Amino acid sequence: MNAIWHGMIPAMPEIYLGFAICAVLLFEAFVGVKRPGATSTLTLLVLAVGAALTVRYADIGHQAVLFNGMYVTDPLAFVLKLAGFLFVAVALLYSRMYLENRDILRGEYYVLALTALLGIFVLISANSLLTVYLGVELLALSLYAMVAFDRESGVAAEAAMKYFVLGAIASGTLLYGMSIVYGLTGTLDLGVIATKLNTPGSLGVILGLAFIVVAVAFKFGVVPFHMWLPDVYEGAPTSVTLFVGTAPKIAYFALTLRLLAHGLAGTSADWTLMLTPLAVLTLIVGNVVAIVQSNLKRMLAYSTISHVGFIVLGFIAGTPSGYSAALYYTLVYVLVALGAFGVILLASRKGFEADKLDHYKGLYQRDPLLALVMMVLMFSLAGVPPFVGFWAKLRIIQALWETSHLGLVIIALVMSVVGAFYYLRVVKLVYFDAPPENLPATLRPLGPRLVIGVNAAAVLVLGVLPSPLLALCSSLIH
Amino acid sequence: MYAYLLSILIWLPIVAGVVVLLLGERQLAAGRWLSLLAAIATLALSVPLLADFNTQTAAYQFIEKAAWIPRFNAFYALGVDGISLPLVVLTALMTIPVIIAAWTVVKTRAAQYFAAFLIMEGLMIGVFCATDALLFYFFWEAMLIPMFLIIGIWGGPRRVYATIKFFLYTFLGSVFMLAALIYMYVKAGSYSIAAFQALPLTLVEQRWIFAAFMLAFAVKVPMWPVHTWLPDAHVEAPTGGSVILAAIMLKMGGYGFLRFSLPITPDACRELNLFVITLSLIAVIYIGFVAIVQADMKKLIAYSSIAHMGFVTLGAFVVYEIVRTTGQLQGAAMGMDGAMVQMVSHGLISGALFLCVGVLYDRVHSREISAYGGVINTMPVFAAFMVMFALANTGVPGTSGFVGEFLVILASFKASFWYSTLAAVTLVLGACYTLWLVKRVLYGPVANDHVAHLTDLNGREFIVLGMLAVLVLAIGIWPEPLLRIMEPSIHHLVTQAVASKIPL
Repeated sequence: MNAIWHGMIPAMPEIYLGFAICAVLLFEAFVGVKRPGATSTLTLLVLAVGAALTVRYADIGHQAVLFNGMYVTDPLAFVLKLAGFLFVAVALLYSRMYLENRDILRGEYYVLALTALLGIFVLISANSLLTVYLGVELLALSLYAMVAFDRESGVAAEAAMKYFVLGAIASGTLLYGMSIVYGLTGTLDLGVIATKLNTPGSLGVILGLAFIVVAVAFKFGVVPFHMWLPDVYEGAPTSVTLFVGTAPKIAYFALTLRLLAHGLAGTSADWTLMLTPLAVLTLIVGNVVAIVQSNLKRMLAYSTISHVGFIVLGFIAGTPSGYSAALYYTLVYVLVALGAFGVILLASRKGFEADKLDHYKGLYQRDPLLALVMMVLMFSLAGVPPFVGFWAKLRIIQALWETSHLGLVIIALVMSVVGAFYYLRVVKLVYFDAPPENLPATLRPLGPRLVIGVNAAAVLVLGVLPSPLLALCSSLIH
Repeated sequence: MYAYLLSILIWLPIVAGVVVLLLGERQLAAGRWLSLLAAIATLALSVPLLADFNTQTAAYQFIEKAAWIPRFNAFYALGVDGISLPLVVLTALMTIPVIIAAWTVVKTRAAQYFAAFLIMEGLMIGVFCATDALLFYFFWEAMLIPMFLIIGIWGGPRRVYATIKFFLYTFLGSVFMLAALIYMYVKAGSYSIAAFQALPLTLVEQRWIFAAFMLAFAVKVPMWPVHTWLPDAHVEAPTGGSVILAAIMLKMGGYGFLRFSLPITPDACRELNLFVITLSLIAVIYIGFVAIVQADMKKLIAYSSIAHMGFVTLGAFVVYEIVRTTGQLQGAAMGMDGAMVQMVSHGLISGALFLCVGVLYDRVHSREISAYGGVINTMPVFAAFMVMFALANTGVPGTSGFVGEFLVILASFKASFWYSTLAAVTLVLGACYTLWLVKRVLYGPVANDHVAHLTDLNGREFIVLGMLAVLVLAIGIWPEPLLRIMEPSIHHLVTQAVASKIPL
């Protein structure tokens, strides 16, 4: 018994989170209903303890396969899980006042956030097709419910419905692809699949891969499987948009890495061939369509799509350098996206949703701190030094050059210039325009404002001294 | 002894800028004085740079090197040679008039205005000092942000259009340079500019890299036909923005050609030199004509800047023709000398002319030439300065404008009679547009009430224009010290530029 327990210790983050979710649910049922907000505080505490436990038990420094090959943990998983704790905590911190103002500050929201996080962790540590599917579904179901969380909102319900139906189709294709891969190899274990499946170009492999690539592309929001993304981003309550747009991206990165880059490494020639046109389309559609948006959430949705294009480019490079570039890009993107949606949350009020671009006119005169944060984040998204977004783009371009993808380099660069236009437009609204009359004041809670300031400062500091994070990302991928 | 001098030159203004930003509008007086102090301190610190610069060697001096991104072999590496030193000093110098000129003139968000220019100053010095290509690019791009804000916040009515156009143009140019730099990094395993210069490259590679550099630097210079952002940016920018744009930012394009294009892709440059020379001559002549018809003073000076910068690119690329026809490196160096002097001189003169326009604009709030006339009657001292700078702009001997243009024309004569003849057309055209501007604005009867109520220069404006006037005359009369600083580096550059890098 003791030996079994001992062997399970590296899975501490998931085990702990499972118990914590039950505890938070019970707490909400008995205490939270009487004292709204208590669950919110408890959840942050849970996340902090979880991070501490992860540091204590899950940092094993080498790769370990647990539960009969279903589960893998390695330094990459450790770092991604810590990042998951951090990003979710920040997202929840930004959201609290927003939820309170819309009377949806209920414990279930936090429970769903935690189950989503558990789904993220399962994906991060998946070493078998079954575990992958389990993680994908756990995450997706939590997110569907979160999108529909504001039951008064028709738009949110519509968005959730779209998300659910399309997500179900994507899950179906994922399962179908997995079944083909299972049929070809006779195993669910990704490690074994990697050794068995090395015949690129065969019909069965291509068929199975096509379904899996479609599912991965859907999750990431790769064109042409991106249709759900702008609608969900726009329709969901902004706090949920913030959640959907940040921490899950880590999981999708892990999904792509474990499933395509590691498990199906033998067929990388095939799936890179499939991903290449998708990435190009993603870059073009994301950046061009973002230009014409008048809704900031929707604009950021298309911006997400374009950034996903960059992440996929890292996978297309198909080298450890490319994967670590994609990892770096993902972490950096999530950091910046957290701040950007955080600004929307803090600029909104009870009964007022600051989601139109016009609501940001003259933000500088109404709230200099938020304006500064917004500017830093927009320049970072555009990839201008000294902000960290620059290094993310640089790493991807570098990985593409190392593998001589001249065409992709040019497309990525041209599209990043196109993208710069709409980010600049936000800076223009915030700094150059005069504020319209009768906009409500922004929110001024001390905690979230402090965190968002730190968030923007991190974007600058990591941009001036990019070395540690770059080195970390490189050391995690072999 | 001066271990961290360049770092201080870069970071002192940036830190001061951040402090001014933090002081905010409420402590504007303190912020103003701090800005001025920081700008003067930066200039003062560049004095030992000049004094202890060894003019016997082409090597980088005052070098600093610290690990920045060990994984990419990228260093925080700084150093100056004879090409970058004059530009560093020019940058430190030109920030002072910008701050003094804005002293009480900028009314809205003044603290941010000063902060933006101080941060710009640090970043621009960083561009000239970086000896690591990644660090160079870092400063090169970061610099766009304050300039974007300066034009956008304090600019004229069409400022948004102008500033976005400015940003996207330069950004588009620079990203391809980034692609070229990364490509060479992948080949050379290091981002050091020296390593790039030593890296053997086939002709095909060189052509592509040359094209990428060309895009980045030609936009910045700006060369015809990618110059269209400049008149817009200049017209809409506040006075300080125009001064820095014309005096320093345009020089970065020229600096880029000298530091990157010529030594890194010499064979491609030799092959394509006629292309660049043609573009330069078009800039000199066609843009000269365009300048004549401008009705807006700032636009006129902006076009005159493009024409004058044509001399820089002409002087740099005519080297190949000189070597081809005469086989002499000495004559080739003269063209580059001319290009460098022209950069410094144009920095001073165009900066001064924009300041002159600023003086008028602050009083009348119009940049239209037709809004003025007979200014000399009410502002005699100002008129004296403006005439002096206008003459310098036309290249009258005794002013710095003469030295640069004369050297380039002389050098291009060695290459071909026609180049020098066409380039010399500028002397006529420059006189046309500049003197006609002076005639319409300064002379004649007092045009209207606005002009009748003009007050002459105040002490602040006098100091600014006087300082620049002294420098313009000093370089014009005695350019020797400047040339001596540059000589070994230019000589080294010419040898690099004519040596082939194609691997055998």
